[in-house]
Amino acid sequence: MKRRASSYVLLTAGLLVVVFPFLWTLLASFKPESEIRRNPPTLLPAEWTTSNYSGLFERMNMGTAFLNSAVIAVALVVANLLFCSMVGYAFAKLRFRFRNTLFGLVMVQLMVPAIVVMVPQFVLIAKLGLVNTFLGIVLPFVVAPLGIFMMRQFIADIPDELIQAARVDGAREFRIFFSIVLPLCRPALATLGLITFMTSWNNFLWPAVVAQSEDMYTLPVALAIFSNAQATQYGLLIAGAVVVVAPILLLFLFLQRYFVQGIASTGLK
Amino acid sequence: MATTLERPPVLEKPPPVFRKPRNSWVAWIFVLPFLVVFVVFWAGPLLAGLGMSFTDMRSTDVRDPLAVDVVGVENYLRLFDDELMRKAALNTLIFVVTTLPLTIALGLAAAVALNSGIARLPAAFFRLGYYTPYITSIIGIAVAWRFLLDPDAGPVNQFLGWIGIDGPAWLSDERTALPVIIVMTAWRSFGFDMVVLLAALQGIPKELYEAADIDGAGRWQRFRSVTVPMLKPALLFCTVYSSIGFAQFMEEPLVMTRGGPAGATTSASLAIYNQFGAGAYGYAGAAATVLFTVIVALAVLQFRIGRRS
Repeated sequence: MKRRASSYVLLTAGLLVVVFPFLWTLLASFKPESEIRRNPPTLLPAEWTTSNYSGLFERMNMGTAFLNSAVIAVALVVANLLFCSMVGYAFAKLRFRFRNTLFGLVMVQLMVPAIVVMVPQFVLIAKLGLVNTFLGIVLPFVVAPLGIFMMRQFIADIPDELIQAARVDGAREFRIFFSIVLPLCRPALATLGLITFMTSWNNFLWPAVVAQSEDMYTLPVALAIFSNAQATQYGLLIAGAVVVVAPILLLFLFLQRYFVQGIASTGLK
Repeated sequence: MATTLERPPVLEKPPPVFRKPRNSWVAWIFVLPFLVVFVVFWAGPLLAGLGMSFTDMRSTDVRDPLAVDVVGVENYLRLFDDELMRKAALNTLIFVVTTLPLTIALGLAAAVALNSGIARLPAAFFRLGYYTPYITSIIGIAVAWRFLLDPDAGPVNQFLGWIGIDGPAWLSDERTALPVIIVMTAWRSFGFDMVVLLAALQGIPKELYEAADIDGAGRWQRFRSVTVPMLKPALLFCTVYSSIGFAQFMEEPLVMTRGGPAGATTSASLAIYNQFGAGAYGYAGAAATVLFTVIVALAVLQFRIGRRS
């Protein structure tokens, strides 16, 4: 009993430390610049203001960056849901030569660090005339190796009899895939969609390399550039940090339930 | 995520109906998206980067490939003479060997505390809270931390001032800049290790602890001779996975210090990124090749050691 109580105390103290940076920054983003710098500091804003946020959207085209991030993330979610499940289906249920070799290549791509291939990738994108375009930002990530891996694991658990029966009935592979396999994959697709959105929203390196003009910046790129240019404008900067971080936090808190449900209802481990 | 990795990658033989390779061309259509993207955007660039590292290619040569000259291993030799590159390599090494144990220790402590019989709902709540830094944008996090650590406006030094400590200029002091980034990274990453280790902890059979009790083992002994050995695969996974990620750290110094002061926080990846920005493609390619080699060697070495002991 005593041990359990000390666990609670430790965990609560730890949680406060972990959450403090989020909480303090969030509250400070609603203070005027003068109050942010005041010593002794205030926890709750003495004077609530949204001027940091409105200033942000005026000063640095935050609206455009937000939209760019959203468009890119949604495009990547759609592409990955389709492609990863197609490829995962082939690896799980179809027989073809070099299947295991090819699956090994999926693992290889999973391990290649982004910075290592960045320069030649950029040269390639430049040759294709895709610098400073959405397509250039999106293309290398339309079928993520981790997504293929996830979908293969999930589809492998779908009973072969279902697919066999459809085949005996004369259904073609594409029909089997779209009308039998995909609907059964809904929980895995939800998880994959969530992870893809998160990864894309937070991605920095590649968008920073491909996007060259302000109208193409994603949120992290715009914030990084703004933070290097305006190092001490804390009001605007931390409002920017909140705009980048909050959507993913909300999505995670909100979809956590569905996430767990999806896992529980299908027995997916 | 850890549990999905435990399944062997080779599938069982499909039932006889599947044996006929009647549909094998259809299978290739299904894997085509991966094949095209892998060859064009990953395998191609990986090989091209290797080739590029033996040339004097610069950003201006993208339009005019004939201007590129082969210079052999000159880029590599320059790399070892480059003061900043050596510093970046050293910083990366220090970063990995300090952040890694710190992150795993925090993750293990959180996992053990969560597994010590506390109720389900608070456990889920704590787990969620600890995991949040891991899923958020590193750029946003870095901006927030820079504010928290500002020598004047930041709350950290203001709190320290209350108890009579004159806090340092955390990010512009050569002695504190890298340690700050180390602590921030551990704060951000330990939630992942916690989730992996918690799953492994819950998989340890109760009988092992009962047997240890019968043998009269104390709490610390139980931890050392039952928990830690049983956690070995999960710990190995965390070590390999995290060290691959940590060896590439870049966004944190880019936003918080721009690699300064005096190169004190310049990482290998950041140095490559800067060379790319300066247009020295061949040189950046050589540095990237070295980094990749080190990362692969590190992963292989860890697996070897982990398997042997």
